[in-house]
Amino acid sequence: MQVASSETYEIRGSDDIVVVRQAVRQRAVALGFNLVDQTKIVTAASELARNTLQHGGGGKAAIEVVKNSVTSGLKLTFTDEGPGIPDIALAMKDGYTSKTGMGLGLGGAKRLSNEFEIESQPGQGTRVAILRWKGL
Amino acid sequence: MERIPILKMGEFLLVTIQVDMHDRLALTLQDDLTAQIVARKAHGVLIDISALEMVDSFIGRMLSNIANMAKLLDAETVVVGMQPSVAITLVELGMPMRGIRTALDIEKGMAALHAFTGNRSFSLSDGVLTETNEEDDAGSVL
Repeated sequence: MQVASSETYEIRGSDDIVVVRQAVRQRAVALGFNLVDQTKIVTAASELARNTLQHGGGGKAAIEVVKNSVTSGLKLTFTDEGPGIPDIALAMKDGYTSKTGMGLGLGGAKRLSNEFEIESQPGQGTRVAILRWKGL
Repeated sequence: MERIPILKMGEFLLVTIQVDMHDRLALTLQDDLTAQIVARKAHGVLIDISALEMVDSFIGRMLSNIANMAKLLDAETVVVGMQPSVAITLVELGMPMRGIRTALDIEKGMAALHAFTGNRSFSLSDGVLTETNEEDDAGSVL
């Protein structure tokens, strides 16, 4: 897998969630994602960007266009230096509720993606990456 | 401050969401709508989301909240015009959308609101307020 392009956005307020999902939409359209796949990756981006803001106290979103020998895709990586997630398995469960969310953020974003990675250290922050391939 | 306009059509309120809403704007709409239901004595709310390319859990929860709050204020809510790609994504996301009635377009949504609220006429006879329901209560729930 090689990275064809990369851009980074700061997430500091709820306006930035809109900026991130519009940037993801533009990339998905440019890559030729169909409408359903565009909607899925944009929605997943919105959930994860809100997690970064609300749970992580803000952070960054990296949008990468990636290619393998067969197709191309979008990889989104959200990082924060917030309190971290003490129990990732619990946080992935539907219905797990943080202060403001409905608890669909992580589990929902995973279901809307082809690949999902999460790393979190209590006190050091969280990194969540999702990947959606075109046409998969 | 940015706001989404709320129009009055007879006893109904009509909202067309045409922008990609940030979270504060969604919360403002929720507050404005509940205030307007009371101020304008509305019995129904029609929310057109045909221009929305994405509904995430926050916007979904806002729509669900509006429907539940409106219900407590004696108003029915119908959400119309959801794009198929949005419906597919909401189901995969696992968003329950509790208490939300939907219709395919504004015309069908208005017809549904009329059906929900049309049988609610009151007459004052002998100083006693009596409700005249043409259909029984079960008929008002789809």
